[in-house]
This record gives sequence, C-alpha cells and structure tokens, in this order.
Amino acid sequence: MATEASQPRARAPRPSIGVLEWLRQNLFSNWWNTLLSIVLLFLVFQALSGLLRWVVTTEGWIGVTSNVRLLLVGRYPPDQIWRPELVVGLIAVLLGLSGGAWRGIPLVLAVGFSVAMAVLGLLSLALPPDQVQPVFSTRLFLFGVAALTALGLAAAWRGGSRLRWPLVAGWILLYPVAVLILRGVGEATIGTNLWGGLMLTMILAISGIVLSFPLGVLLALGRRSNLPVIKWFCVAYIELIRGVPLVTVLFMASLMLPLFLPAEVRVDAVVRAIVAVTLFSAAYLAENVRGGLQAIPRGQVEAARALGLNVVQTTLLITLPQALRAVIPVLVGQFIALFKDTSLVVIIGLMDLLGAAQAIYTQPQWLGIPGGVWRETFFVVAGIYWIFSFTMSRTARQIETNLNVGKL
Amino acid sequence: MHRTNSSNDDIIICENVNKWYGEYHALRDVNLRVKRGEVVVICGPSGSGKSTFIRTINRLEEHQEGRIIVDGIEMTNDIRNIDAIRRETGMVFQQFNLFPHLTVLQNITLAPIWVRKQTRAESEKRALELLERVGIREQANKYPGQLSGGQQQRVAIARALAMSPRIMLFDEPTSALDPEMIKEVLDVMRELAHSGMTMLCVTHEMGFAREVADRVVFMDRGQIVEENTPELFFENPRHERTKLFLSQIL
Ligand SMILES: Nc1ncnc2c1ncn2[C@@H]1O[C@H](COP(=O)(O)OP(=O)(O)OP(=O)(O)O)[C@@H](O)[C@H]1O
Ligand SMILES: [Mg+2]
Repeated sequence: MATEASQPRARAPRPSIGVLEWLRQNLFSNWWNTLLSIVLLFLVFQALSGLLRWVVTTEGWIGVTSNVRLLLVGRYPPDQIWRPELVVGLIAVLLGLSGGAWRGIPLVLAVGFSVAMAVLGLLSLALPPDQVQPVFSTRLFLFGVAALTALGLAAAWRGGSRLRWPLVAGWILLYPVAVLILRGVGEATIGTNLWGGLMLTMILAISGIVLSFPLGVLLALGRRSNLPVIKWFCVAYIELIRGVPLVTVLFMASLMLPLFLPAEVRVDAVVRAIVAVTLFSAAYLAENVRGGLQAIPRGQVEAARALGLNVVQTTLLITLPQALRAVIPVLVGQFIALFKDTSLVVIIGLMDLLGAAQAIYTQPQWLGIPGGVWRETFFVVAGIYWIFSFTMSRTARQIETNLNVGKL
Repeated sequence: MHRTNSSNDDIIICENVNKWYGEYHALRDVNLRVKRGEVVVICGPSGSGKSTFIRTINRLEEHQEGRIIVDGIEMTNDIRNIDAIRRETGMVFQQFNLFPHLTVLQNITLAPIWVRKQTRAESEKRALELLERVGIREQANKYPGQLSGGQQQRVAIARALAMSPRIMLFDEPTSALDPEMIKEVLDVMRELAHSGMTMLCVTHEMGFAREVADRVVFMDRGQIVEENTPELFFENPRHERTKLFLSQIL
C-alpha cells in the first residue's frame, strides 16, 4: 500500500543471500579461486585435525592440571588461598551489580564472566579428581563466583541506576582493599615475593594501566605547555623512555633504584616492577594522546575561550574528551601490549603467569614424559593471555561504537 | 578589574589599534566606536584583516598597539579583564565550531554552568527558550553532526546568547552555508538586531547590511577605508577601492 511504503523504516533493507550462493560468490567464482580455496581448505583441515589429535592424545596436560595453583597464584601460601578467593568474590559482586546498573558493556562482561566461571567449574568436576590439583578451599568455589555475579546482576536489575556512583566508588576502592586483603595486616603479612601467576600478572597490568593513564595524559599536556621548563622536561622524559626497551627500564628500577635511595628504604620488588611498567607505558601513552590533541581543530579552543571558559576548563571539557575518544583504539592496543609485556618481569625474578609456566615445565617429575609438558603449559598460558587481550579489544570496539552513536 | 569611566554610551572603543603577524602589518591604526544597540557591518576583500580585527575585540588575537575598551573594560594583558570582556561578548564563527562530543543542549548549557555557575536546571530552561527563539527546539538532544549547516549555525548563535552577552561578534556566519540555509540564519540575526543587541558583523550579505545595519565599515589592507550609513555607502561610495569592491560583489 502506498501509505505504508512512505512510512519511515527503522533500517535499510539488507541484501540476503543463501549459504550456497555465498560460497559460490566468494570461494568458487572461477577456476583459479576454486583451486586456491581447495588448497587452503585442505591446509586448514590438516592443521586443525593435527592440533585436535594432539590435544586429545597428548599426556602432557597433567603438567597443567597438577599445577593450577602455580599458574593462578604462584607460590602464594595454600592455607591463605581464601584471600585471593575473597578478592575474586568481591570482583564478582561488583561486576554483577555493574552489569545490572549499566546494562550494555558491563552486562555482557558480567554474563560472560559468570558463564566462564560456571564452565570452568564444570570442567574441574569432570576431570578425574586425583589428576586435578585442589586449589580452592571448596570445589564449589567457581560455581560460587558464578552465582555471586548472577546474584549481583539480579540485585541491581531493577532501579540499579541509583547504584552507579556507589559502584564507581566501589571499583576505585577495590584496588587498595584487594592489596590489603592479599597482603594481610599485622604480623602475618604475605610478602609480595610470594605473589605470582595470573594474580601477579593482573596486578601488574591493572596497576600499570591505571597509573600510566593519568601520567601519560599529564605528560601529553605538559609537552604542549607554554612554559618552557615543563615542556622540555616532558619532551626529555618521553624521548628518553621511548628510546630504550622495557627490559632496561625494568632493570633500572630493580637494580639501580636501590642505589639512589637511602639504604634503609627497601622498595618492594613488585612495586618496583609496577613503577617501571608505569613509567614506560606513560611515555608511549603521552605520544598517543598528543596525537589526539593535535587533531582537534583550533576553532574548538577558540569557541571555548570566546565563551569564557578558562584554560583548565577548556582542556578538561573540550579538548581532552575529544582527543581521548579519537585515540581509544590506539590506547587499548597499547594497554593490551602492556598486559602482555608484564611477562618481562620474569627477568627481574618475579614469577608471573609466564614465570609460572617456566617453573612448571622445568619440574623434574616430567622427565619421563616424552617431549615434556612445555607445549601444553604454554598452550594454556597463551590461551589465558589471549582471552584477556581479546576481551579488552572487543570491549574497546564496543565502547567506540557506543561513543560514535549520534555523531555523523 | 579595571573599568574606565567612559562618559558616552560607546560600548566598543578602538583607538589606533595596530597588529602585526611577525613582519606582516595586519591592522593599521584602526579606529572604531560602536554605540550601544548599534549594528555595524564590516566588509572588505579577502585578507583585508576583517577577522583579525573582530577577533582582537575578545582577545582571540592580541593587538600590539592602541586601546580597545569594551563596555568600559580596557583590554589589557590581565586575564581578569580578558575574562570579563569575554563574558560581555558572544562570538559566532564561520565554521560554527560547535563541540561535536556534546549534544545541542549541552553545547548551550556548558558555559552558563561552568562560567556563570548556573544550576543545570536553570541553564537548560534558558537553553530551550533560546532554541525556541532560533527555531530548532526539537533538535535539543541531537549531536551537532546530525544537524544541517544552517541548524548548526543557529545552535552556535543560541550558545553565544546563553551567556547573555551585551555584544555579539559575527565572523562571516553565512559563508560556509548553502544558499537555502543562509536565510534561516540571517532571519535569526535580523531578529536579534531588532531586539536591540549590539552587533558587529563581518559579512558579505549586502542585502542584510542594507536592511539591518546602522553603519557599514569597509576595510582594505588592514585599514578602515570608509564608513557610512548603508544608504550612503552603497549609493555613494567615496573611495576608489570601495567602488571597486562594490562593483565586484554586487
Ligand atoms: N595566524 C596568522 N599568522 C600570520 N598571518 C595571518 C594569520 N592570520 C591571518 N593572517 C594574515 O593577516 C591578513 C588578514 O587576515 P584575516 O583573516 O583577518 O582576513 P579577512 O579579511 O578575514 O579575510 P577573509 O575574507 O578571507 O576571511 C591576511 O593577509 C592573512 O594572511
Ligand atoms: Mg575572515
């Protein structure tokens, strides 16, 4: 009907083609494409079936399943495992509540986390108990985490938007609280030399990201400052750090820092690593943010100044928000790099996730297994790195799309 | 803040203003007095210093010699004087310069909230009134990128008006617009002029100048060559350069 046709429609019609048609158009459009497709499909099949055969038949998984604790928390005392468990529980509750309060991205993350925990829980139950090292204080721990997340979600589902500000405060407080819980107070503190595995990797990465972000933004603004002292300090710092590899910064922080400090000041090894990662990452972040700042048309600043906004307001309300939006993809790429680069702390004697993997495959009991267990161990460790990096990258992509809604 | 006691009702006083960009002498001994409520149109060939001049009045450009006094406040290097003058003047740019990451409403309420310290509620109420006045109230929650050029420029005018300025500066507000959108912006400017606003407009819209301006100022090579009422300016230009310019533009 004519009247119906003139109604505005929510979206343009999508061209739809069947599977066979898609195959024909994309893989078998002429003899050359057909040949290429067949060869490639054959190679992919070979590789996948080889991988699958290895996954099913190899004996080396025992290296991983009997060392889950080492991978997760390193040499953290087993009788104190309730501390990391408590932290994970807190994260689960916060994540669940945030998912209910904000919906959108936090919701996806919360549901994903809950499901992943439940699946891992089932997996650990399915494996023969004598093969899997008991890590958690109860075998139901992972289900507990999944349930806590779901409970948080349910609790915040109705009227959760009132929880937003308390939740922001909660996430900010989580960091010091978690450190306090993991270290303990009083005489029974657990030294950071015992922290390790995925836990240490997460602590290094999160600290590095959270601390290097403001530092990098300040350096970027400083580099554009009109005050020569500030400007040249920032330029010198950025260029100096960008001119050396992270390993040297780590060595500097761990070996040379004590030389500069008075003898009675002992800076914790993990803190030194965090300082090094932060200082290193901030220099790169500064350059990325500066790129975003430079892309902003001069008219933006002029309009703000003409309205009477001062320099600080113009920066915080006009230039910085636009610059940061423009560089989100670059920044996330950099954070992913930082997350993976934390594996370099092995060199200064910390046992992060990668360090734990090394500790596992050098254990003497695997000498009897042909080929040892290092393939399996690194396979799992690589998988863990990949899951986190992939989550970060997808989340960033989603944030980007959300921010672009309504802009052109 | 230093307020000079100006005995007359000249709201803008420029005396022997000189400005250089490096070696280039962009403004030469510019003298201009604008009365409260007066509408002055500035025209002239490209590169003659029209933008430079209008931008010295709210210190987007710094002048090196001469005096500029806006509503009794002398333009000095004192940031308090500069801020005070910027609160008195609103500016509309050729390229709109709306903030693309903020909605129309947020664009308008930003300065009232942060500079005038108004509450969100009162600034939004006023913003909606202004949007009503420029005829695009229904666009309040869109982003600038979703509006046409004419609509964007009207938002820019509303944004400037939200600070309740005594003077409005326009730098070629219609030059970046398609012909069919020029009228909607000129209509808003015309209404503003009739409401008694003091306006300084750089524009090549001679119809607008003829109809609305109290005075037309012609600039060339950094100088004010001629100024007159629109009738005399268009019918009876005195200088050769003015005649040449008018013959090219009309
Ligand atoms: N930032 C700057 N640095 C150096 N020279 C400049 C700068 N801005 C403007 N100029 C020069 O000053 C002169 C006057 O420029 P202005 O922009 O004021 O001209 P205009 O009359 O507004 O011209 P148009 O009609 O093209 O906008 C021009 O010759 C221009 O090249
Ligand atoms: Mg100009």
